[in-house]
Amino acid sequence: MAEFLQFLISGLTVGAVYALVAMGFTLIYNASGVVNFAQGEFVMLGGMVTVFVSAAGVPLPLAAVIAVVAAVVIGLLLHRLAIEPARGASAVTLIIITIGASILLRGIAAIVFDKQFHKLPGFTGEAPIDILGAAVQPQSFWVLGGTAVVVVALYVFLEHTLLGKAVLATAANRLAARLVGINTTTIMALAFGGSAAIGAIAGILVTPITLTNYDVGTLLALKGFAAAMLGGMGNPLGAVVGGLLLGLLEAFGAGYLSSTYKDAFAFLVILIVLFAAPQGLFGRRAVERV
Amino acid sequence: MNSKATFKSLLVASAMAIGMSQAALAQDTVKIGSVLSVTGPSSFLGEPEDKTLRLYVEKINAAGGVAGKKIELVIYDDGGDANKARTFATRLVEDDEVIAMVGGTTTGSTMAMIPVFEDAKIPFISLAGAIEVIDPVRKSVFKTPHTDKMACEKIFEDLKRRNLTKIGLISGTDGFGASMRAQCVKVAPTYGMQIVADENYGPRDSDMTAQLTKIKSTAGVQAVVNPGFGQGPAIVTRNYAQLGMNTIPFYQSHGVASKSFIDLAGAAAEGVRLPAAALLVGDKLPDSDPQKKVVTEYKQAYESATKQPVSTFGGHAYDGLFILVEAMKRANSTDSQKIRDEIEKTKGFVGTAGIVNMSATDHLGLDLSAFRMLEIKGGDWNLVASGS
Amino acid sequence: MGARLNQRFMILAILAVVIAVLPFLFPSSYYFRVASLVWVSALAAIGLNILMGQAGQVSLGHAAFFGIGAYAVAIGPTHLGIPPWAALLIGAALSAVLAYLVGRPILRLKGHYLAIATLGLGVLVALVISTESRWTGGPDGMPVERLTLFGWRVSGSYTWYWVTGALLLVGTWIALNLDETPTGRAFRALHDSEVAAQVVGVDVARFKLQAFVIAAVYASIAGSALAFMNGFINPDQAGFLHSVELVTIVVLGGLGSVVGSIIGAAVLVTLPQALTIFAEYEHLLLGLIIIVSMIFMRNGIVPSLSGLLLRRARS
Repeated sequence: MAEFLQFLISGLTVGAVYALVAMGFTLIYNASGVVNFAQGEFVMLGGMVTVFVSAAGVPLPLAAVIAVVAAVVIGLLLHRLAIEPARGASAVTLIIITIGASILLRGIAAIVFDKQFHKLPGFTGEAPIDILGAAVQPQSFWVLGGTAVVVVALYVFLEHTLLGKAVLATAANRLAARLVGINTTTIMALAFGGSAAIGAIAGILVTPITLTNYDVGTLLALKGFAAAMLGGMGNPLGAVVGGLLLGLLEAFGAGYLSSTYKDAFAFLVILIVLFAAPQGLFGRRAVERV
Repeated sequence: MNSKATFKSLLVASAMAIGMSQAALAQDTVKIGSVLSVTGPSSFLGEPEDKTLRLYVEKINAAGGVAGKKIELVIYDDGGDANKARTFATRLVEDDEVIAMVGGTTTGSTMAMIPVFEDAKIPFISLAGAIEVIDPVRKSVFKTPHTDKMACEKIFEDLKRRNLTKIGLISGTDGFGASMRAQCVKVAPTYGMQIVADENYGPRDSDMTAQLTKIKSTAGVQAVVNPGFGQGPAIVTRNYAQLGMNTIPFYQSHGVASKSFIDLAGAAAEGVRLPAAALLVGDKLPDSDPQKKVVTEYKQAYESATKQPVSTFGGHAYDGLFILVEAMKRANSTDSQKIRDEIEKTKGFVGTAGIVNMSATDHLGLDLSAFRMLEIKGGDWNLVASGS
Repeated sequence: MGARLNQRFMILAILAVVIAVLPFLFPSSYYFRVASLVWVSALAAIGLNILMGQAGQVSLGHAAFFGIGAYAVAIGPTHLGIPPWAALLIGAALSAVLAYLVGRPILRLKGHYLAIATLGLGVLVALVISTESRWTGGPDGMPVERLTLFGWRVSGSYTWYWVTGALLLVGTWIALNLDETPTGRAFRALHDSEVAAQVVGVDVARFKLQAFVIAAVYASIAGSALAFMNGFINPDQAGFLHSVELVTIVVLGGLGSVVGSIIGAAVLVTLPQALTIFAEYEHLLLGLIIIVSMIFMRNGIVPSLSGLLLRRARS
């Protein structure tokens, strides 16, 4: 039982990070149809900026806020300078642009920061908490709690505010949204900024557990993308479920099957799910217009 | 003379001047090449190597160079990609025309580059860890870091002394971790070690509690060894403490031989043992120790120049550079073949890794005594007294 | 029809001339090596272009087939005693079979879902290669026996330049001609609109699978060539980053353009070599160049440039 709980909690913690990255993917995809491969870099920025700013003497909470702001600014710049000018380009072109952006951001991070690994202290200390035999880091609760807060906030924003509804409208049909007076460009910028904020928050929450480095973005983007697809691209709830599920698959795969093949196990399950449900778990059945 | 003739003679004169100065310049410098993984997954190793080489080439040149010639250092970053390393190796040999090479951060990139340097008969001092770099011995290939086999042997030696024989392994699936794990499995029976658990983690994974939980619940496990490098071992160490496994002796590899490991692992690193070069405990060595002077000076120079903690990886680059430079001085020539012969004759070279004595059958020159068994106490490295 | 034939011959002829003439500009064998790398990448990219550009599918795991071809010629001779040239053919056959078996279920997915499924395939293959170290030498890779054809040992940058150049010419010729066959037309039809293609009776599933298999074989042969050339192979060649590189080459050069794939390969292989002078700014600049190129030449280099020239010609 203790073992099962240990795997469960570690899987949920890692899964929560994937969920946040996947939500970032989903938000941008909904607003603009772009799959943003630079999403992982926002997580990296959240962690790295916090580390360096607080090392310069700024108290940790303020450093975290600065990190989120920095990520949002970069997200807006990404939209303004790289995505907007390429408006109307094909989906593949936009993907390559975001890939170029992630290479650029990593290159800048390597120079502005450094290539070492860094850590942040746990928000409420490092002493593990015993839960029915499983040893849990207190930071895990921060990660899970923080993710829940972001999910709820996003849900409330999308469903219950006018601006959020505008985002949903843009996702449903961009032309129609413009026809009713929604400024889709602003919506897209908002999506990029919001995604960046979510990513940065994920980075700040998880760095006390996973450490951070200029290069952590790539693998996270890959897993976040896989999680978003698993849950159904474009569905925020799907992103969360996909992320948590991916984390759990990795943890249980390592714990009960083979630690060597845990990644293979996770991807195999994703493939099987997609064969059975080609739109992902919660994806909308796409209607193909002739 | 008319203006046309003046112009022509001026042209010829300047051409001659440039030609002569080029020739003079060419005689004044000698090119040494390096292909390092400064970026990418092995930047933990490659960056200190890069900084060390640049720092000391500058110092050597400031002091007049080698045998009257300045060293021109040509460094390329392969980003951890062995294919790119191979291309840069060809570039160094064919385009830059280097006389020797100190580099090859990872075993993967080293093995990819070996054919190029062997074919060109240019000495290649590798900074990679695996034993296959120098076993079988290749004419032009040498290396400075201790082998992964030696690390396993040193750890097993210590375990045997403490009467611990049932071992759990948790290894990174990167080149270094996988190759050291294979060596440990091979060498275990010689020391009477029994491997009762064998787990893996990806080098970029962020949580290893699942694997450690499995090891923890393996009956009779008496000690755990973690072959790996970079941030993986730091996370493993943190998870180890989180799961309350500190009562089981925990050994790291020399792949974490840098203060940043202690910084990252924090309090969880207390009591962890590892084999490492004397470089890490320079200040704790007795004055009679032959390595004390070299390691103290290198640590001082590196840390004041880069404002970062010293690591044994940079130390390997230091050793490689100076083995080469001393060989060049002894050969008193810039001919690659002569330099290669002199490198092979290195005897009694005091480096950061140990005392180097090479031969035609040993292109590493270190023995097990070059490794010191260290234990982390009070957030710092400490020498383990033999017998404890 | 005649004009099209001429255009195909022209492209092939120009390529042949470029391959023949470039050596005169090369001061050392380093340049031959870089050029050989360009030819190899271009070959793999042309195959991927048939899948992505002509048939309109997407594959983020294509390096898997590259890796299979590379490891086939490593494992075959070393562990199984198969002659190298036979190992190359076996590698291509294995890639084709895998593509056929996996393609049938995977190609029912569309768009981003297809992308993630192919990505998963790539990750799985790379993982198996990296883990089964008894056969593959593990993450550090393994040496590859040199190719011997009829007693002639193929080695050296000069030799490989011509061999890879020849392979590229053959690959280009096939790809160019494919466009004019019923298969090629079917590809274009299903790229434009799968529904419409089905309506006119095109067996969409079968042609998607064909494109996938053809692309896999191209990648496999390219991988085998690289393995022979290097005398060494490691799992990175089958990895995600290499797959992304291949996709970038195809898109940068121009989706659907065979010449585009060659030019894309030339740019993406030589650029990092050229950028080394910028030392630590290399990656930054690479990312910037990719972004700017895709913004200003959004259909890829070749289509954008030829579009520009056509407009100039008309005005």
